[in-house]
Amino acid sequence: MPAWFSKKPKILSSDPNEAELERNSRMEGLWVKCDDCGEILYRADLEKVLNVCPACSHHMALPARARLNALLDPGSFEELDTGLEPQDPLGFSDSKKYRDRIKSTKKNLGENDAFVSGVGKLDGQTVSIGAFIFEFMGGSMGSVVGEKVTRVFERAFDLKCPAILFHASGGARMQEGIFSLMQMAKTSAAISRFRAVKKPYLSVMLHPTTGGVAASFAWLGDVILAEPKALIGFAGPRVIEQTIRQKLPEGFQRSEFLLDHGMIDAIVQRKDLKSRLAQLIGLMA
Amino acid sequence: MALSFTHALDFERPLLELEKKIEELRSLSTSGTVDFSNEIGKLEKKAKKLQQEIFSDLNRWQVVQLSRHTARPYFLDYVNAIFTDYAELSGDRLYSEDPSIIGGFARFDGRPVMVLGHQKGRSTKENMARNFGMPRPEGYRKARRLMELAARFERPILTFVDTPGAYPGIGAEERGQAEAIAVNLEVMAGLPVPVISTVIGEGGSGGALAIGVGNRVLMMENSIYSVISPEACSSILYRDASMAEKAADALKLTARDLLEMNVVDELVPEPAGGAHRDPAKAAEALGKTLRKHLAALSTMNGDKLIADRYAKFRALGVFVGK
Repeated sequence: MPAWFSKKPKILSSDPNEAELERNSRMEGLWVKCDDCGEILYRADLEKVLNVCPACSHHMALPARARLNALLDPGSFEELDTGLEPQDPLGFSDSKKYRDRIKSTKKNLGENDAFVSGVGKLDGQTVSIGAFIFEFMGGSMGSVVGEKVTRVFERAFDLKCPAILFHASGGARMQEGIFSLMQMAKTSAAISRFRAVKKPYLSVMLHPTTGGVAASFAWLGDVILAEPKALIGFAGPRVIEQTIRQKLPEGFQRSEFLLDHGMIDAIVQRKDLKSRLAQLIGLMA
Repeated sequence: MALSFTHALDFERPLLELEKKIEELRSLSTSGTVDFSNEIGKLEKKAKKLQQEIFSDLNRWQVVQLSRHTARPYFLDYVNAIFTDYAELSGDRLYSEDPSIIGGFARFDGRPVMVLGHQKGRSTKENMARNFGMPRPEGYRKARRLMELAARFERPILTFVDTPGAYPGIGAEERGQAEAIAVNLEVMAGLPVPVISTVIGEGGSGGALAIGVGNRVLMMENSIYSVISPEACSSILYRDASMAEKAADALKLTARDLLEMNVVDELVPEPAGGAHRDPAKAAEALGKTLRKHLAALSTMNGDKLIADRYAKFRALGVFVGK
């Protein structure tokens, strides 16, 4: 297993309980508790089944690179746009300076921003592809993410090949202010242009897909698939509850709810995603 | 222009009090025997100076408040002042009519155009009907229908942005709020007619952008445009909604900020004290600016307009590396 896959964000803390945290994170190295049913699982076994709980089939987060590796033909993925790095156009600061937040997140994750993009082959067919790195500031979309998504479609346009995106994002990154918002327009314009080559854009919504990402390129897929029980929607549940001052019904904004309401094409188990995407490309491209 | 005190902002009050005093003296002068003209002249001078003091150096939070001022001209006020022959069109043909976003054909200097904008209400009752200018998916779908109509009949599109944001409610989610906004972004990118978008008050996030993808993006001087409201930003970042003032500063969301960052094309100057102090003058300035940009865009054909819009939004973003 490559090093980046097992690497967990380091817990940096001056807390007296640090020793215990350390021990916990060491345990996490070998064993994982299912987020849903609580079953204790051997990590190596879990990774073999792409982080889907064998006991309850709950779909736990699957890191972007591991996902692309599992999906694409072995050795076919070529990552591009790797030189892109975020800036701090507003000089933004809350409890921490945005500049420092980027720096420490980059160091902890070994990633420059919240998106990985490139080209690869899916069952021998070239695809322009990208996936959110949710671990990087909640997969929030700033200028770098917007630029990479735009390039996925520009490359698909140039190569006249299908585009595939995996979304896992809370939405626009507020630390980049208006520039984050404008990525919604930029990416959507790139999709508008891409339509001319008549190749499919397959959009896969993972947990969670909300806000400005949902309200731009994620929902513009020719076909939209979702993993089971992913949270998908425009406004976050907390915002809605605060606005309407009532509790939201069980299952609201989950994949199954969206399928029921005609908002997505299908819910696909993680193990079946590869074959389903390949099937659709065969039928559409 | 005398304004009611009930809707006045705190920082406007000293000015309004002074103006009230002038008004009182004036009515005494005209009705009575005593001549206050000397006094009035002095006070008027003072009021002018005070106005300059208050408004020459507004902080961002004050601009946020001005952008939401309940006396501020709304979309329909500008329609009535700038356009003639307005024919409002309703409904998304799918589910319902949404009065928080409205539009229709109208004439601009005699030339047929499509106008479209968020509409807030001034009274509580009207605001209930207009949902405080927060559209549901059907509002965005109606907007899309009207923009496609405009494209079919080769009419330029002028949009006017003034919303706290798209409505976050159960029904809105069930009917695909995110999808409705996303589709508008794509449709707008491909419109073969001139599109000019002006933020006239509040530009609240995706709900604003959904009618904001123009060849030109203008902002009224005291308007704002932001990825998130300062209140929401503050409750997320500082876990405290009362830090909105600080959040407004961090977000750099005023028209002036956006012009400096080259995100918008031009600032439309407002009368001293804000558009609500002299709506006619504000409308005149807006009309003049729209006229100029529409004339420039009218020389481009459909393909050129689409390419122009693409280049504009393609360039937005700040990062390093290739």
